[in-house]
Amino acid sequence: MSEQDTGEVSTVEITYFDGTKRMTDIVDREVPYPDGKLIVSRTDPQGFITHANQAFIDMSGYSEDELIGTNHYILRHPDMPAVAFKGLWDTIEQGTKWHGYVKNLRKDGAYYWVKATVIPNIRNGKLVGYTSVRRKPSRSKIEESEALYKTLMAEE
Amino acid sequence: MTYNLTVSPDFAPDHISGWYFFNTWLQRKLDVGIHLELYDNFDTQRSDIRADKFDLIYANPYDASMLVREMGFQAVVRPASKSDETVIAVNAESPFQTVEDLSSGCRVATTDDPDVHTMGMIMLESADLDKNNTAIKEYSSYVVVAKNLLNGDADAGFFLKDAYDELSELIRSKMRVLVSSQISVVHHSLLVGPRMAEHIPAIQAALLTMQEDEKGKGVLESMDIDNWEPMDSEQTEFMIDLIDTLID
Repeated sequence: MSEQDTGEVSTVEITYFDGTKRMTDIVDREVPYPDGKLIVSRTDPQGFITHANQAFIDMSGYSEDELIGTNHYILRHPDMPAVAFKGLWDTIEQGTKWHGYVKNLRKDGAYYWVKATVIPNIRNGKLVGYTSVRRKPSRSKIEESEALYKTLMAEE
Repeated sequence: MTYNLTVSPDFAPDHISGWYFFNTWLQRKLDVGIHLELYDNFDTQRSDIRADKFDLIYANPYDASMLVREMGFQAVVRPASKSDETVIAVNAESPFQTVEDLSSGCRVATTDDPDVHTMGMIMLESADLDKNNTAIKEYSSYVVVAKNLLNGDADAGFFLKDAYDELSELIRSKMRVLVSSQISVVHHSLLVGPRMAEHIPAIQAALLTMQEDEKGKGVLESMDIDNWEPMDSEQTEFMIDLIDTLID
């Protein structure tokens, strides 16, 4: 857990890239990434979730029914700069693998950090979706990412 | 025509005879000749696989990727409720309590098992450790990895969880598990190559009812497999995609 966590709750409006907005509570509390687990999800080419493993359900705080059919951006934390996700989409739409550190928003408003890898799923030469696998990041990478994302957010 | 079968070298030595029984059982069921060839290391086996020597392979997930995407193999069954998990263990007396206690220069004992090594390295990432700041030594078996931990010649060792659990109680009592993976969707599978593809329906039918056949049940026990579950191409592709995300 981050030493800087205050536990403070704030209500924010999040605007997603497609113009959708939602009001949500954000809690400044980190939920530690579970040792030895991988969070696995798959989406269709538009980013709607088609598969969620148990670690994803446990860490996101949503039920499987709530996750399936929902856009993956439901996990986007307002501290994440839009440019980070633009980089992700630009990379995977070219058919290549993307790695990055991401601060994810849980249903209860708390957050968790992951090292994420996303790859396109190609079947018979056609893109059918994406697989995202998240693993435990190191504390130093989280700190580097926090600093970088703060700078990027300030520029947005 | 005689076909060729091989088995990923990461099974416990106690089950070698089980694979010979399996081969005999399968030949009778299919009424075809099958030659079984076993290896004690991954590299030699992989070069023979690449030389297109085999038609039937009980493969680890890492090799399944190459077999399906590069060589046209199809996964037909997987062992039920048996996934490939990795353990990072230390000497019981060592000061390390979590992975994050390991630091740069850490001595890691591993084997040539590609899945276990990959997952072991991934679990070290949370301590900012990678191949550039660790001293990695590859050993011929998990027993030798354990010996290095017990002798104090390694700080951490990577094990296939099944292999760790099969080490003697005495050896395990002198080690401590720092972390054990819980991935559950990465597992071995039996793959059939293009030359043997016409037998896929018969292979699947025989294996999926193997536990109902008295002889088959005994063979499964000797291989430490409860029963087989079907694998379709999408399940296989999903596992391969997942493995791809873990390889940099």
